[in-house]
Amino acid sequence: MLRVFWCVLLRDLTLALRRRTDVLTTLFFFIIVVSLFPLGVGTERQVLQILGPGVVWVAALLASMLALERLFAADYEDGTLEQMVLTAQPLSLLVLAKITAHWLLTGLPLVLIAPLVGMQYHLSNDAIVTMMAALLLGTPVLSLIGAIGAALTLGLRGGGILLSLLILPLYIPVLVYGAGAVTASGIDMADTRPYLALLGAFLVAALTFAPLASSAALKISIE
Amino acid sequence: MASNWFRFAAPASFYPIAGRLIPVFWILTGVCLLVGLYWGFFQTPDQLGGSNAQKEYYRIIFIHVPSAWMSMWLYVVMVGWAAIGLVFNTRLSFMMANAIAPTGAIFTFLALWTGAFWGRPSWGTYWDWDPRLTTELILFFMYIGYIALHSAIDDTRRADRAAALLAIVGLVMVPLIFWSVNCPDPNQCAALHQRSDLTQIEGNILFSMLAVTFGFWMYSFATVLMRLRSIILTREADNTWVRDLLVGGHRA
Repeated sequence: MLRVFWCVLLRDLTLALRRRTDVLTTLFFFIIVVSLFPLGVGTERQVLQILGPGVVWVAALLASMLALERLFAADYEDGTLEQMVLTAQPLSLLVLAKITAHWLLTGLPLVLIAPLVGMQYHLSNDAIVTMMAALLLGTPVLSLIGAIGAALTLGLRGGGILLSLLILPLYIPVLVYGAGAVTASGIDMADTRPYLALLGAFLVAALTFAPLASSAALKISIE
Repeated sequence: MASNWFRFAAPASFYPIAGRLIPVFWILTGVCLLVGLYWGFFQTPDQLGGSNAQKEYYRIIFIHVPSAWMSMWLYVVMVGWAAIGLVFNTRLSFMMANAIAPTGAIFTFLALWTGAFWGRPSWGTYWDWDPRLTTELILFFMYIGYIALHSAIDDTRRADRAAALLAIVGLVMVPLIFWSVNCPDPNQCAALHQRSDLTQIEGNILFSMLAVTFGFWMYSFATVLMRLRSIILTREADNTWVRDLLVGGHRA
């Protein structure tokens, strides 16, 4: 079982690294969106410190969603996905491997680039550490929930727009608590642990149910 | 008789029944709404209004609360039909879920809309990012997402199943809305909505609220069945019974 997981994971990673622009596009999209806000709302230090957490999270949602369309699309077009559905292996495990690959390529870079963004928004060191922790817990949830939407909209006309309509409402809890954690870290008295604990709970719940739901969605889309 | 129930799972046999039920539900809708609104407007004057004329606007409650209830109930009912459809593969239950979605979306919109008009005099703002308002808005998006996904897929079978799965995933929102006001620590999340408790509502107000709610249920039945009938006709257009129906005039 674990071997199948590794196999699919490594395959997806190798494929993605052969076409590095796809991965970099998402990352640069994130950086550009984050950089646009100070130009739009003004560059005062205090304003940026207030806006920072929210902007980072909204940009992370959009960046994660941008890459979701490709999660199953390539495999769907060349027929690999059908073969995966037909194998004796549990489909949800294969889907989980693909989601993991997706997160490693789009979510993890966002976590790693977070200090740079924190600098742009004059966030304190504490806030940056919290932001990295929150992104580390939150971005996998985005990939997991997003996979359901990606599977449902597979091969549809205007699938990308539809995907955002379906998935963004479900992202809201992650956005609220993810940005909440960073905001709370700026206040001396506040405790960020409840926020992180809730994000962890989202992650556990999403890990349990999302692969099942997305494999069911894939079966619907393929049959 | 017992096995006869399953006969109505076939669109062809459900279609005439629905046609006969619709007028009944419309009449009940009219009666309940008239009674509920009359009672609400004229028989509950002294609770919050009376000498304090500012508070008369609380009567929005008779539309606002029932429509908010309906928005959540209809989502649960829709998910129920969607789940039945996924499990038993019955065509009619998908059609039912499909027919419920627009009515549910309308009630969600009505709850948000009346809430805005209530919020203006009582909170001083049309909109606030109160947890309940926000979650209700997300519910509205879920309805829109369901309808959008269904209409984006051409293959009816895939559309039914995909939208059903999406609806089931969105079910997580309903408990969130329901308990969103029960905030354990008011310092952590300030909710403008008060905690609600049916046992603490004055009898007359409760009566008219429940009467309007019942009226809304009847309205939902009527509109859902009407929509269901047209969905059945569209999807079964190639079947002989539909052609017979058209040839024989609009009997049913």
